[in-house]
Amino acid sequence: MTDGSSPGAAATAARQRIDPFLEVRGLKKYFPVKGGVLNRTIANVQAVDDVSFDVAKGETLGIVGESGCGKSTTARLLMRLIEPDSGTVHFDGRLIGADNGIPIREMRRQVQMVFQDSYSSLNARLPVEETVAFGPIVHGIPRPEARERARRLLYDVGLDASRFMKRYPHELSGGQRQRVNVARALALQPRILILDEAVSALDKSVEAQVLNLLLDLKQEYDLTYVFISHDLNVVQYVSDRVLVMYLGQVVEIGPVDEIYANPRHPYTRALLSSRPSMDPELRITEPPLSGDPPNPINPPSGCRFHTRCAFANEVCARASPVLSTFGDDTRHEIACHMLSPGSGHPDAPAPS
Amino acid sequence: MAEVATLRPGAEAEVPIGAIDARGYWSTVAYRLSQDPVTIAFGVVLILIFLAAILAPVLAPHDPYKANMTMRLAVIGTPSYMLGGDELGRDMLSRLLYGARVSLFMGLTPVFLALLIGGSLGVTAGFLGGKVNMGIMRVMDVFYAFPTVLLAIGLTGALGAGSRNLLIAITVILSPPIARVAESVTTQVRAFDFVEAARASGADTFTIIRVHVLSNVLGPILIYTTSLVSVSIIISAGLSFLGFGVTPPTADWGLMLATLRTTIWVNPYVAVLPGLMIFITSMCFNLLSDGMRNAMDMRF
Repeated sequence: MTDGSSPGAAATAARQRIDPFLEVRGLKKYFPVKGGVLNRTIANVQAVDDVSFDVAKGETLGIVGESGCGKSTTARLLMRLIEPDSGTVHFDGRLIGADNGIPIREMRRQVQMVFQDSYSSLNARLPVEETVAFGPIVHGIPRPEARERARRLLYDVGLDASRFMKRYPHELSGGQRQRVNVARALALQPRILILDEAVSALDKSVEAQVLNLLLDLKQEYDLTYVFISHDLNVVQYVSDRVLVMYLGQVVEIGPVDEIYANPRHPYTRALLSSRPSMDPELRITEPPLSGDPPNPINPPSGCRFHTRCAFANEVCARASPVLSTFGDDTRHEIACHMLSPGSGHPDAPAPS
Repeated sequence: MAEVATLRPGAEAEVPIGAIDARGYWSTVAYRLSQDPVTIAFGVVLILIFLAAILAPVLAPHDPYKANMTMRLAVIGTPSYMLGGDELGRDMLSRLLYGARVSLFMGLTPVFLALLIGGSLGVTAGFLGGKVNMGIMRVMDVFYAFPTVLLAIGLTGALGAGSRNLLIAITVILSPPIARVAESVTTQVRAFDFVEAARASGADTFTIIRVHVLSNVLGPILIYTTSLVSVSIIISAGLSFLGFGVTPPTADWGLMLATLRTTIWVNPYVAVLPGLMIFITSMCFNLLSDGMRNAMDMRF
């Protein structure tokens, strides 16, 4: 950063809390389930239900959770690839899609996304140079210039452009394809990159290379990442803060070290203890969580985790816990009755 | 290029494929076609038929419309009437050459028009989905409810005979099946992430269809469309035969077949010539479509 006389880290942190880069409030998306004779909406898949979080400039927010918990839907909602039912997203203080805010097209120049499936996210009929240059051309940059930028980006993501630019996706390996995807996302010179399981489909050695590439690019291009993954180790490696999702809701959010060292939501604890230990002697054979997540069409009442929670109480089935801070750590928020004084849960601390 | 190849560490660890020449989709298709002798052979026959049609004024030994009573139903091999004469003594070879012009035009134009109309309707329906898809495809289904030839007869009957109305009728018949094929392949392509990625790049629907969808759906649509050329030739010949299409004395294979059918007991070899030409031409288009399917059907 060029800001040599920056205020103290605490002040910076304080300012970021007040003025987040990406501010998500009450994001909600229900997918209707149609059926019956008249093809009416008979139920809703509550994919994302009242999700709020902030992303500070320059940080990496990791989003973890089981399959089907709404991670990818959240990503697509952020990009406005699907319309939210309700909720707002502010980018750099401007409301996305509002008249006096930032138009969606302009937002999409500044926020870009890398998809999980490196194969299906590249057009098999276009050479990679054209794929990378497509975005800039769409935004009115002259073709020669756009292609020049594409070649430069291919170098930047570690592909020898002179050799690769005329190749087609099927002539590349999975890792190379994902590098092309990263180059394509960077072609519009975005400020935020949403990585939706961007490395999950790669094998471990290639995954590590692409992860390191992403970390290098973050520095180089001064990027902010929203990193979505089901891989807890990868999230720990790249993230500054971590958001844990369960059935379309945020259950815990906080700094990565805090979450991994001191997980406070029972779900986060179960999730973290599901990681196999590197020591075979310490490996647990019992599953930390039994069963599948409940159906998001009819999510459990109250706390959505209560059907699988070892500490569940009747209050958990009745009332939804609110995401809030406990103790003196103001950056660590948890949605659990057990921590909330006066919630009615027997293990909850007494109201002060 | 002055750029220095400063690759990131680890990049080279992925084995590069080497300096193989990357080949695009269409050049791969061309290469595969070049390796297929059957398709090439029938392609050549088709090109010859086209050349014959184009060069008809040069090649034809006689005026195709000039009757010569002494040559009525002349047999094949008659001097200067190599393929014999028809029921009015007109030179068969000249009439077949000129007939190729009309028949190919009647075969290709409706297919081309149907490709434009049915193709754009199908791609639109497939890409937009939902209610638009419902609206377009159900209208197409209405046309499916009628037997093809019956619908054509009904349309030309309503519009009146003549080549222009024949073109319109065949275009209407061929558009729904093309729309259906286009809709189904477009629906498949729409589900790919690269369409979402293009949208995320800020591209509008038209640009996404032009750059990303068409490049993927054009192959299958073209294969299917080629196979319809023979159908179109046969329908137009059939309607001309029935008197709904081209009107006499125009030289058209279907019409020639109709007028010569009464002479089939007198001079069968001359009478079947137009039918043979229709058969050869539609065969060529069918086999060409088959060859294209083999060449274009690739999974990456």
